[in-house]
Amino acid sequence: MQKELIAMADFLLEIGLDEVPARMIAGAEAELGRRVTDLLTRERLLADGAKVTTYSTPRRLAVLVEGVLVSQADSEEQLTGPSWNVAFKDGAPTKAAEAFAKKAGVAVAALEKVTNAKGEYVGATVKRLGRAASELLATELPKEVLGLYWANNMYWRAGKPERFVRPIRWIVALLDLAVVPLEIAGIQAGNASRGHRVLHGSAAVLMDQPTDYVEALRKAFVNVDVAARRQSIRKALDAATRTVTGARWREDEPLIETVVHLTEWPTVILGNFETEYLDLPEEVLVTVMRDHQKYFAVEGPDGKLLPHFLTVLNIQVDAEGEAVIRHGNQKVLRARFKDARFFWEFDQKISLQDRVESLKNVTFQKELGSYFWKTEQNLVVVRALAATIKGAGVDLDVGSLIKAIELAKTDLTTELVKEFTELQGVIGGLYAKAQGLGQNVAQAIYDQYKPASTEDAIPKTPEGQLLGLADRIQTINAMFGIGNAPTGSKDPFALRRAANAIVKILAESDLPLTLGDVVRASSVEGANGEQVAAFLRERLSFFLKDVRGFAYDVVNAVLAAGADDVRDAIARAKALTEARESADFAAISAAFKRIKNILRQAEEKGFALGSPKDVTLAPEAQQLADAAALLAPEVAALRKLRFYGQALEAIATLRPVVDAFFDKVMVLDPDPAIRGAHLGLIDEVLRGFSGIADFSEIVTG
Amino acid sequence: MTSSQLLPNPKTIPLTFQELLFRLQGFWAERGCVLQQPYDVEVGAGTMAPETFLRVLGPRPYKVGYAQPSRRPADGRYGENPNRLFRHTQFQLILKPPPVNVQELYLQSLEAIGIDLSKHDLKFEEDNWEGPTVGAWGVGWQVMMDGMEITQFTYFQQCGGLDLDPICAELTYGLERLCAFMQDVDSVYDVVWARDPDTGAVVTYGDVRLAEELQYSVYNFESADVSKLWEHFNLYEAEAQTLLTQANGLFANAEASVVEKRRFPIMSTYELALKCSNLFNLLDARGAISVTERVGMIGRIRNLAVGVAKAYAAQQSG
Repeated sequence: MQKELIAMADFLLEIGLDEVPARMIAGAEAELGRRVTDLLTRERLLADGAKVTTYSTPRRLAVLVEGVLVSQADSEEQLTGPSWNVAFKDGAPTKAAEAFAKKAGVAVAALEKVTNAKGEYVGATVKRLGRAASELLATELPKEVLGLYWANNMYWRAGKPERFVRPIRWIVALLDLAVVPLEIAGIQAGNASRGHRVLHGSAAVLMDQPTDYVEALRKAFVNVDVAARRQSIRKALDAATRTVTGARWREDEPLIETVVHLTEWPTVILGNFETEYLDLPEEVLVTVMRDHQKYFAVEGPDGKLLPHFLTVLNIQVDAEGEAVIRHGNQKVLRARFKDARFFWEFDQKISLQDRVESLKNVTFQKELGSYFWKTEQNLVVVRALAATIKGAGVDLDVGSLIKAIELAKTDLTTELVKEFTELQGVIGGLYAKAQGLGQNVAQAIYDQYKPASTEDAIPKTPEGQLLGLADRIQTINAMFGIGNAPTGSKDPFALRRAANAIVKILAESDLPLTLGDVVRASSVEGANGEQVAAFLRERLSFFLKDVRGFAYDVVNAVLAAGADDVRDAIARAKALTEARESADFAAISAAFKRIKNILRQAEEKGFALGSPKDVTLAPEAQQLADAAALLAPEVAALRKLRFYGQALEAIATLRPVVDAFFDKVMVLDPDPAIRGAHLGLIDEVLRGFSGIADFSEIVTG
Repeated sequence: MTSSQLLPNPKTIPLTFQELLFRLQGFWAERGCVLQQPYDVEVGAGTMAPETFLRVLGPRPYKVGYAQPSRRPADGRYGENPNRLFRHTQFQLILKPPPVNVQELYLQSLEAIGIDLSKHDLKFEEDNWEGPTVGAWGVGWQVMMDGMEITQFTYFQQCGGLDLDPICAELTYGLERLCAFMQDVDSVYDVVWARDPDTGAVVTYGDVRLAEELQYSVYNFESADVSKLWEHFNLYEAEAQTLLTQANGLFANAEASVVEKRRFPIMSTYELALKCSNLFNLLDARGAISVTERVGMIGRIRNLAVGVAKAYAAQQSG
């Protein structure tokens, strides 16, 4: 194909929208960038070394591509037609030749002979002119834009099928100086964007060329660069905090992301509240500020809250405006704190103990029962768990544990939890403490929903850990019992998260409990026992791979040798991950895979396993038998001590004898007695050394 | 024209409660909206008034604004809480279909009531609305000003279980909250409702409504006769069901005359459903509905609302 020089241009696409939900913007921005890049690549329009940059604010998603070819390169295509003998009779073209030439758009004289494996055919070389980028983008981009994924979307034009997160209001599409004539949802693209609603007003923000984008909008009080906006918010938070001696704002990554995507032109002001509210629990204050008001909390050098907050504005104001906005925010916060204090004091009038009965009116699950029922069930499970670990040397305050389970759900009846549902458990713990129920009871109730995610910490105390285990396994078992097990992507009761938490608690606590112990404690009738156990094993596999980062083959190998004891599985996975690096070990893994294959073949052919002691073995076979017999007790002893690393090193020393065995010995010997002895020998080796992991699962290079 | 020329400059003296309503009505009337009076049956929100619930159905464009007293029995606080009311007033606006500059119009309405947007922090924060008892939902925002929600802004997608086409924009201004914010008072009861232009004497929100809040709280939480409420509920529901059964028969009947269809009292049927909804709220405030009953009750009201919506749509298209 001939090489020609095609002019390059820059391309800008901006989709202007009504305010997009903050939580959806980052994903959509990235996806739009991907879709534009893929489209340009697919259409051979992306120049080498092209630079793709994405931007977003609540009102816009944008992509700037520096290095778009203004048209596709011309190309040649080879078409194959009818067989040569059909197309030309005695050197003269037939109707078939003429039809093919017409279809290909070439003269009959230009037809060529093509020879391939099947014979001789008529061929034609067709030149295809590259299409202009502008034309291609105009036809292809609308599909890409309307194909963006949104967690929620809407209709907005009467009688029109398109759905999007919010109505599309304007489109900028520029290829260098020219508007790309595309239309999406009835909106024609142009070169006019819009600025900040208030600071810039309704005048259009016109752009001459794509690379003007960032600067043109900056002049219209819109910072389209997300990273720059994030940075400016962090700096502004720092600056506002410096007005209070020794203070610092409390780091809150998710909140930063939210305010980054709620603002086009962020600034920050510091507000204050009355010190009397600092008597309320910090958890309540921070929840009001962060979750309800999107304020950052401010703390002193000792980490304790100070009576200030920071709010990120979507505007730049003068001193008067600042005073007005501060005043307004302070008023809202004061009213919320006042409510919280009212609830806090009101709730204390009825103790947690006196609330137990009212749990009968709080539904846990329609088909199962109330939280009163749930509490009774949890008690049964926790008693079984406590009995299992009795005498295992865990310092457990059983009285406090039982009390904590009894009262764990009572905070669901408090006004404060009704107002701040995200604080369930935490509020119960705080009330338990205030009502003098003891630190062990309070802490267990406080921690009961931990870990909330795989990154979250587990409950601090064994009582809290057991409460968390009992509550979750009871839920899982009961839900499985009424057919609510998760399927595919559907897990409406978040049972996977509950099971992940069980695995994590077992992994990171000192509780001498296995998955099997936990399942047994919950299965009074044992009806779903096996289904639940399989579910937990699958979650353990997820935990090892996705949370702890072990390779999938290591996890498969380890779990094949035992998936009950979580901490033991982790220890084995660690040892195996280190061991697999050695050449000897890789060879042993390969050998074990071979052994497994041979045994499977033997079984398929109906070959019986014999004993190596019954025949006279070849020297290499005898050496393997001797080495294995010698090593087996050593490995077993190391395994018992959980010295898995050393055990695996010991197994790796088998390599020379194993290699020699496979080198010299024909395992499937025609003599049934010898064959049986060989099979018996390798079966013994396999079983004797697979207790830590099934090495045959290890993928070797 | 509108009364707005007669009002004081909002930049110096904040509007009274009634002036706020005048300004909003004036602003939207000037933009072609029908101004309606409050609906005279108890509702929990402006959405439930037929000017919204029924008018959003079907293809006919409509623009309407009205102040709707909205009753939420469980929210009553005997007049003791400065921010919570049994009955508050929503200025409800329906724009069907929504104009392309609906957000800009909304911002202009804020300026019209004296809010200088250059001195406030305004954000549109995601808040999707769902009304399970009326089978309605939409996507939209809570409009936040200086950390306070001043308006609920929803693009209605479905109502009475029916997809809307065209959709509409629903703007709900909480008048008490907005006015307390603008007048900078800590308690809604201190909001100036009216000011005598000659003497400057003021009548406050408390003067007008405090006794009502107290007495209705007593009724809602203490005096309402639970067994009578159930009886009322069942009676209204039964009558509504009877009418709906007739409506279903009528609108499915190809032989039925246009006149007969047009005169069918579907609007009155809807009113019976609204009665049920209010009685449900009262029963709830009395603590008379267990959690398990709750779901069932919501389903019963929803059935009526969805039935009415279907019949109304059939009536309109017939």
